[in-house]
Amino acid sequence: MSKTYYDPADLKKFGSISEWDEELGSKFFEYYNSVFEEGALTAREKSLIALAVSHVVQCPYCIDAYTKDGLQRGIEKEEMMEAIHVGAAIKGGATLVHGVQMMNKYNKLSM
Amino acid sequence: MPTKSLQARKNLLSNPQEQLKYLSNGIFGDGELPLFKDKIASGGTYTLRPKKLEILQLNLGYMCNQVCSHCHVDAGPDRKEIMTRETMQLCLEVIRKSGAHTLDLTGGAPEMNPDFRWFVEEASKAGIDDFIVRSNLTIIVANKKYYDLPDFFKKHNVHVVSSLPFYKREKTDRQRGSGVFDKSIEALKMLNAVGYGREGSGLKLDLVYNPAGAFLPANQQALERDFKKALKADFDIEFNELFCITNLPISRFLEYLIASENYEDYMNALVEAFNPAAVQNVMCTNTLSVSWDGWLYDCDFNQMLGLKVDSKVQHLKDFEAEILRDREICISQHCYGCTAGAGSSCQGSVTLYDGK
Repeated sequence: MSKTYYDPADLKKFGSISEWDEELGSKFFEYYNSVFEEGALTAREKSLIALAVSHVVQCPYCIDAYTKDGLQRGIEKEEMMEAIHVGAAIKGGATLVHGVQMMNKYNKLSM
Repeated sequence: MPTKSLQARKNLLSNPQEQLKYLSNGIFGDGELPLFKDKIASGGTYTLRPKKLEILQLNLGYMCNQVCSHCHVDAGPDRKEIMTRETMQLCLEVIRKSGAHTLDLTGGAPEMNPDFRWFVEEASKAGIDDFIVRSNLTIIVANKKYYDLPDFFKKHNVHVVSSLPFYKREKTDRQRGSGVFDKSIEALKMLNAVGYGREGSGLKLDLVYNPAGAFLPANQQALERDFKKALKADFDIEFNELFCITNLPISRFLEYLIASENYEDYMNALVEAFNPAAVQNVMCTNTLSVSWDGWLYDCDFNQMLGLKVDSKVQHLKDFEAEILRDREICISQHCYGCTAGAGSSCQGSVTLYDGK
């Protein structure tokens, strides 16, 4: 067994999850591929969204995959970093907006 | 960024045999990845054979004013291999009898060959449909004696195919050398000024994109759209088509892959992106590559790997189209570069879709 939780070589084996559940695995990958096709959003825009989300969910496989995908699409490093900041802003905002809940509770419990 | 060729640095990889060894050992030697011949055989192609000869690609010499980090020719100012007028005479004879509709001059910087202009003048009389010169652009502004190249190209109705790895300065300069982007833009403006790439001029200017790093090119149409938009908006530059070319793991790009520890991942990516549809259209099936000293190869990459055509006819002086057609194309693991995704050739992608 590996001594680390993440091994970059595992990314290539992603498809093997279907081996233990063919039906759900296939459904997932079919859905996944459809999501990234050109639609109302371009494949380029979807790649940047995927990169931002990869950081928010802190998935090292996804970060590797969508950095490479972005490079292939000619996405520039400034665009990648801005996308990550969008993710960070939402994640930070999501933490802070709960501050209102804290304030509400504080006020309710206080005389 | 190298400043000298592998040959001048006496690097082991300047020897084609060493490169071929590298491409057959390691992940391919231990069976982790399939050999190219086994991969195409699994799709029913047991031997790769040429179809009708359409494109004759002549390498006028390995001398170049640039030392690009990805160069598969290992070209540079220190390379002295140059095609002589005598060999050019042989080329002219072969052009007339080969029946090829496209003539493609490459290098190095083909314009640096002292007999370049004489040869273009002679070859343009041979009745070729499409006469391509592959220009690195910066040569046009490198020295006063080259400033009139756009007019010279126009006079002979040459189809100019130019390398511009990206529409932004940073990535271009990292791959091709500091200052290359600005000089390329200047040269493109000079070409546009005489009509190249402008609508209705009939003068064709295509650009070549190849990735600045260890990754594959994405969809050619999408990148062409981005290139056109950016070059028009930033510099009022126009061009006809963008060709996406995958970097093949040979020569200086192989050196880069090994040094940056990207070799295995890159080869994995090429094998994973293998597209059986691209195998049918690989350029070696309709192209012959001629070296500066007149030897014949299935493609420019095989030329750099020293893999001469597997035929009784191996040199221009013995050229016989029928004998040459009856041959097997020499393949090795570098060929995965031409079958990945939408496929890759000197004319860009070879299929519309990437096979997914």
